[in-house]
Amino acid sequence: MLSWIWCIPALPFAGFLVLAVFGGRLSRTLTAVIGAGSVGLSFLAAAAASALFVSYPPAGSSFTLLLWQWVNMSGFSPAISFTLDSLSVVMILVVTGVGFLIHLYSTRFMLDEEGYSRFFAYMNLFVGSMLILVMAENLLLLYLGWEGVGLCSYLLIGFWYTDPENGRSARKAFIVTRIGDVSLSVALFIIATTLGTLDVREIAQKATAMWPVGSTLAVATAALLLGGAVGKSAQLPLQTWLPDAMAGPSPVSALIHAATMVTAGVYLIARTHVLFQLAPAVLLAVAIIGAAGILIAGLSATTQRNIKRILAYSTMSQLGYMFLALGVGAWSGAIFHLVTHAFFKSLLFLGAGVVILAMNHEHDVFAMGGMARKSPFTFWTFLIGAFALAAIPPTTAGLSSKDQILSQAWQSGSAGKVFWALGIAGAFVTSVYIFRLVFIVFGGKPRAAAPAGHGHGAPSGAGVAAGKDGMQAGAVMGLPLFLLAVLCLVGGFLSFPQFLGGKPILVGFLQTTLPQGSVAVESSVQTEWMLSIVAEAASLLGIPVAWLIVRRRLRMPATAAASVDNAAHVRFLQSGWGFDWLYDRVLVKPFMLLAKVNARDVVDRFFDGVGGLNMLLSRGLRWTQNGRVRWYAAGAAAGAVLIVAAVVLL
Amino acid sequence: MNTVFALSAVVAVAATVLVITRRSAVHALLYLVVSLLAVAVIMFLLGAAFVAALEVIIYAGAIMVLFVFVIMLIGHESIAMNPRAWIGPSVMSAVLLAELAWVLARGRLGGASVTEVGPKQVGIALFGPYLLGAEMAAFLLLAGLVGAFHLGRRRN
Amino acid sequence: MASVSPEYALLLAGVLFCLGLVGVIVRRNLLFILLCVEIMLNSAGLAFVVAGARWGQPDGQVMFIFLLTMAAAEVAVGLALLILHFNRRKTLNADMMGGG
Repeated sequence: MLSWIWCIPALPFAGFLVLAVFGGRLSRTLTAVIGAGSVGLSFLAAAAASALFVSYPPAGSSFTLLLWQWVNMSGFSPAISFTLDSLSVVMILVVTGVGFLIHLYSTRFMLDEEGYSRFFAYMNLFVGSMLILVMAENLLLLYLGWEGVGLCSYLLIGFWYTDPENGRSARKAFIVTRIGDVSLSVALFIIATTLGTLDVREIAQKATAMWPVGSTLAVATAALLLGGAVGKSAQLPLQTWLPDAMAGPSPVSALIHAATMVTAGVYLIARTHVLFQLAPAVLLAVAIIGAAGILIAGLSATTQRNIKRILAYSTMSQLGYMFLALGVGAWSGAIFHLVTHAFFKSLLFLGAGVVILAMNHEHDVFAMGGMARKSPFTFWTFLIGAFALAAIPPTTAGLSSKDQILSQAWQSGSAGKVFWALGIAGAFVTSVYIFRLVFIVFGGKPRAAAPAGHGHGAPSGAGVAAGKDGMQAGAVMGLPLFLLAVLCLVGGFLSFPQFLGGKPILVGFLQTTLPQGSVAVESSVQTEWMLSIVAEAASLLGIPVAWLIVRRRLRMPATAAASVDNAAHVRFLQSGWGFDWLYDRVLVKPFMLLAKVNARDVVDRFFDGVGGLNMLLSRGLRWTQNGRVRWYAAGAAAGAVLIVAAVVLL
Repeated sequence: MNTVFALSAVVAVAATVLVITRRSAVHALLYLVVSLLAVAVIMFLLGAAFVAALEVIIYAGAIMVLFVFVIMLIGHESIAMNPRAWIGPSVMSAVLLAELAWVLARGRLGGASVTEVGPKQVGIALFGPYLLGAEMAAFLLLAGLVGAFHLGRRRN
Repeated sequence: MASVSPEYALLLAGVLFCLGLVGVIVRRNLLFILLCVEIMLNSAGLAFVVAGARWGQPDGQVMFIFLLTMAAAEVAVGLALLILHFNRRKTLNADMMGGG
């Protein structure tokens, strides 16, 4: 009955193929229809599949579609097979749903850019790869999707390739995530050789049977999987690529670096949670990484000037919340936060895109202002997104998910209380930075847009109209913003906390794939109320603090502002706690030095030697052709002597 | 007999060494003639008197004379030489002459230990089993004759 | 009276051959080179005669006659070429023979 679910990833791939081959010759409208339409159709297919799944749950609450056998060795035969269980249902709905809205938005956003069809081809390829990733039944196919999204991330970050900075950012993203990919592939090797399978369900069975809790193999595998996850999800220590990845267009940042690709790490850990349960030390590491990420990224976000970098650090911080949830065993909580984060973060990015376009590709928040009056619609949707991020009512999305994570953290032992405290501090910081952004960009007096051509330097041909100043989000761009805002408002009801009278639909739905584990939702109603109030207070406290900071800053004369910006602690936070500098010193420079020293290494010299030897021989042989008769005679005589000697002696 | 042979051999080798080390072509020629004579003596000692004679007549007589003519044509140096150049070849030739005289005086070549193969046997062999070779040698000589004639023609 | 032992005679032939070979390689004058070729041919002929005498058969001498014939023909043609070469180049230096 569900045997057509292969269409779900196939439709975006088909869109990619058509656009890649014919893209240059199609009109913009047709490209937009194909590009966004393929994802839209995929969303319909995913919705239909999900409806069928919910109404007629298959046996074992998971459905597997085997397409064909990929590798067939004795004892190890991964296949191209898709699985539909509650976790993948949630993921495909998020990917295709939010993906479609972002595609729709981009049809208008990218309209004036060159490479329109290239953009949609890459985006479709990305959606297809992401769907493969989340629908994969075995880790090998997941790795295929993993690599595919990494490739598309590189292609899309460097979309405006004529600027070498963009290429550098794309390479940085690719290389840093590559380190994570290597870690992941080593983990796959270990699993494949010791357990003999890469099928997720079989791994769960065999690992629990064969590996005792805390054994070296379990710890090693889980740690390596974690390595892959931190690379893709931009957590410590591989988080340095995400702020630079903002060099890509805003829809790319929304789709890849907020809603979907960076969540692949969270998805991976959730999928293989059995292995993590067998290695409690690694699970603790997950939580620590998450908690550290929340604060490091959040504090960095409070000092950024580039509007998209603020949102990038915000993504890092929210991913930290998801990791924290995973680390305390709240798998479904992490996935729920993943879903709500997709809603509000993509809303924020899309809204930022409107602002950027309206200001003629200006990214510096201090050059913006008064957008509330210039584009009220953008302001209200952005504000809803900011409320959701800061987990402030009436938006329910971020509120429920963050509350659930924090209460789960509180309930998981003494370490959990520490994590809870860090999470509360993070909520405060989140509120501060996002409202700082809101007040600076949308508050105050309207500022004029920069002249045309300012900003990212992308060649837009004749498209950059001088009349962008004061641009409103049109219908095509406005609809996704509107829908996402609605989702932010009501999305929390997917799993509203019980003590407030809601039903944990999503969490319950995910039970079949992600059992709650050792942490049961058991605390008393009073404790829940208390925890919730404290969290709310922290978030609400951020608003006036942000207001004060912004007011002080905007009142400063330019020189004082510049000196504040140059203060050491500000620069430290702005650079993301100096990780780039550290990695440059410790890793990049020695590596480049080694490469330069090794430029003429042994292998090179060997091949050079072969060439040199040839030259030598040829120079020697040249003497036999010098045109001197006596040399030739001597040569003949020598040859004769040799032959006679050979005959005589042998 | 061995002493005669040894002596002739020494003369032959010495003369050849002198051939390849002389500066003047004519000197070298002279020494080569001596060397050929020495080889002829050795052949005589081996019982091959017929070819010894042939050696002297054709090799030392005709071929070396050809060389002399060429030197004359090239005009490299004057044919007339200083008398001092004659000493070496004269001495060696005298030695050879003495040997020959001694051998002949002692009668036929030392008894039955040396099988003498005379011209009659050579002739029978040449026009018997080696008839084809003899005809081809004639062709070769014809070719050499025509070739030398053609090459030496004056073009007007 | 002992006859001449073939080994020594062949040794002599070999020595003469080597001397001729050395002369061919070492001397620059074309005339000398041809002369030394004659030395080599002569020593080969001696070897044939020695062999024939060893077996008491005329074959050695027949070979020597053929060799003689060949040497004569070769000298005739070779010297004609030498004269032509000298008329063209005005030198008998073998090292100047190569090239245009």
